[in-house]
Amino acid sequence: MEEDNIILQAVNITKKFAGVTALDNVSINVHKGKVNVIVGENGAGKSTLMKILSGVYPEYDGTLLLQGEPVNFSNPKDAMSKGIAIIHQELNLIPYLSISANIFLGREIVDPLGLLDFKKMNAITKRLLERVECNVPATTLVSSLRVGQQQQVEIAKALLEDAKVVIMDEPTSAITDAEVEVLFRIIASLKKQQVSIVYISHKLDELFLIADRFVGLRDGKMVGTIENAEQGTKDDLIRLMVGRDITNLYIKDTLPLGDEIFKVENVSLPKPSNASQFLVNNVSFSLRKGEVLGVFGLMGAGRTELLETLFGLHSERMSGSIFIDGRKVDIRSVKDAVANGMGLVPEDRKKDGLVLSMPIYKNVSMASLDQVIDNGFLNNRAENGLAKQYIADLKIKTPSQNERSKNLSGGNQQKVVLSKWLATTPKILFLDEPTRGIDVNAKNEIYHWINTLAKRGLGVLVVSSELPEIMAICDRIIVMGKSRITGEFTKNEATEDIIMNAAIL
Amino acid sequence: MNIKTTLIRFQSIIALLVLCIVLSFMSDKFLTPENGWNIMRQISVNVCISIGMTLVILTRGIDLSVGSILALSGAVAAGLLKYGIDVPSLNLFIGFTVFGAILGGLFVGGGLGVFNGWMITKFKVPPFVATLAMLTIARGATMLWTGGFPITGLGAHFAFIGTGWFLGIPMPVWITAILVVIAVIVTNKTKFGRYIYAIGGNESAARLSGLPINKIKIWVYTIAGILAAVGGIILTSRLDSAQPNAGFSYELDSIAAVVIGGTSLSGGRGSILGTVQGALIIGVLNSGLVLLNVSPFWQQIIKGFVILLAVILDRINHPNEE
Repeated sequence: MEEDNIILQAVNITKKFAGVTALDNVSINVHKGKVNVIVGENGAGKSTLMKILSGVYPEYDGTLLLQGEPVNFSNPKDAMSKGIAIIHQELNLIPYLSISANIFLGREIVDPLGLLDFKKMNAITKRLLERVECNVPATTLVSSLRVGQQQQVEIAKALLEDAKVVIMDEPTSAITDAEVEVLFRIIASLKKQQVSIVYISHKLDELFLIADRFVGLRDGKMVGTIENAEQGTKDDLIRLMVGRDITNLYIKDTLPLGDEIFKVENVSLPKPSNASQFLVNNVSFSLRKGEVLGVFGLMGAGRTELLETLFGLHSERMSGSIFIDGRKVDIRSVKDAVANGMGLVPEDRKKDGLVLSMPIYKNVSMASLDQVIDNGFLNNRAENGLAKQYIADLKIKTPSQNERSKNLSGGNQQKVVLSKWLATTPKILFLDEPTRGIDVNAKNEIYHWINTLAKRGLGVLVVSSELPEIMAICDRIIVMGKSRITGEFTKNEATEDIIMNAAIL
Repeated sequence: MNIKTTLIRFQSIIALLVLCIVLSFMSDKFLTPENGWNIMRQISVNVCISIGMTLVILTRGIDLSVGSILALSGAVAAGLLKYGIDVPSLNLFIGFTVFGAILGGLFVGGGLGVFNGWMITKFKVPPFVATLAMLTIARGATMLWTGGFPITGLGAHFAFIGTGWFLGIPMPVWITAILVVIAVIVTNKTKFGRYIYAIGGNESAARLSGLPINKIKIWVYTIAGILAAVGGIILTSRLDSAQPNAGFSYELDSIAAVVIGGTSLSGGRGSILGTVQGALIIGVLNSGLVLLNVSPFWQQIIKGFVILLAVILDRINHPNEE
């Protein structure tokens, strides 16, 4: 009886990358017609496991059983033809093709002459789109769809192949609340049709809305399951993920605050396409020496745009005033921002933070080359010395400063980006999602550094979408919603409820 | 591991040596001092252009206009030297010394480079398109300036640049070698050089580090224009003639040298010395094939396969790049 409920089994799966064990003898079951939620921290091995289940990684040790039969997927298309579909976090549609063309990509229907049978494909697409509550014509270009709609198209694509198992990797990370509701309705209807869902998310609250059972991964090992999701509590889930109480993670000393170092008055940024709509709408706040100010908001609230605007990236469109040390400054470019003592650790360190092909030392010195220049020439020893100093200070794990940045783990890469800015001896540091995608230890070290920098008298602005994080490390929190500031709380006033209420205002 | 990495690191030099050894066995005219200087003199123009091309490609750009800029700059220098600027209606005549004429040619090359850079940074025209447009603009301007006829008879002083010898070494080789040394120092030891690599490696990260992206790019295209002009002056001097169709398809030889030299077309990786080796490989191959009486048609086919081979080796060595 037990066997009948299990559609897909991973048995003793081990996967190594260049000597690093990503999965260590992991066995999990996917129950038929259920939402199987995989929980675990970043780096726990969730994505690796999903990539094995969906054929992205065809080589591993261990066995996959599909309805009791051993299977080996040679690629994602092979997995899909056997009924396993994956919806990646980053959607994989071709923007300048229609929905219908995307859904049938690689499986086009042709007429006897070998020409594409648009009529038939569009008709099937239309029915699929209805099933996923996507009310747009099948001929619409994907580039004109919102992210949530694109995700619906991806699900429709999975349904075309009669997927028995649909894997969803962080499906709600980039879509609106209304779209999340639709997604959950689609998941419910898939369940009714006996489709099994494997679901990965970090948003604990939403998990309880849809999960039937939980499977926990930690450091590449399966650490346990909660078979009946309704009986699990948030604490159970956190213990399953991290194996310790999350409250112990954070450290932030309460420090006496210094003078105001940074002030923003009525800063606005209109949309490039429409000057009457705003990405940042009339934002004012101030920051004192030694203060850690948190900026919380949901996806699309305008947090990253705010940082970019303050950092001189949109000087041609922005309005409002910026004061440093009480003096009005005119920041027309990133160069001006840096010259005025500002630094920005961006959200996406691989895309915006590092030159991955360059060794660590070149990344560390990048924003402050003037200090390692003698008579117009780069001083190799000074440059290496600078990097060595930060490798030691921030405990960057690397064989040497000559190691290419792309070979470092996420946490160590983040430390290199941080080093780059510390080397400029900034007065004000912006950190955009500083701990995204890095492991717990590195997280703690980053928190420790934020604390240290505050002690040194920097003003630190931290943008984060992780509530516990922002509540623990910040002295004060401003909340953004719909491009505006919708709340401001001191550390003592802040609770998850009031912050979230302000964010969804 | 050590042997393998050493082999990979010096693959161009090894290829060059193997090529030289094989050719010296196949032709007794190959390994002679005259042929050596001949090859060096012949590749000097390509090396000049390719230094600029390397800088451009390191920023993830491309410059298709160097051949035409070479032609126009050479023609301008030759025209200024021979005829000066003569506007009878204004009763204006300005004569040019050799030095003045050369400066005029370099100025034209630099100016067109600035224009390329301006189009690319200010109007966001993709480098391929901006320099493709310049390719035809500069070629058309060359035709206008020369009226479609060569400008010849430029005098012994001017001819010295392309045909003279100094301390037993041909002048074009001197000029090119000095430019190579400067370029190696600039790319490895200066802020400007570092910024070029950073922009090509990850423009977004470079921008967010406060690097002056547009300024660097405009400079890079300007330098490419000036170096094309240097090539144009050397060529014009050597031939004692500015040909309206000079430098035709030189941009392709230049890109070939850069690519064979191991510089990635996706930017951020490569070196000047690699490009010099690439140009040497092409030069040695050309010379060898001529000495072996291989038909020019086959020469082109062989050159094409050498480019493919170089890039395939590069792919194998750097499998994870786009």
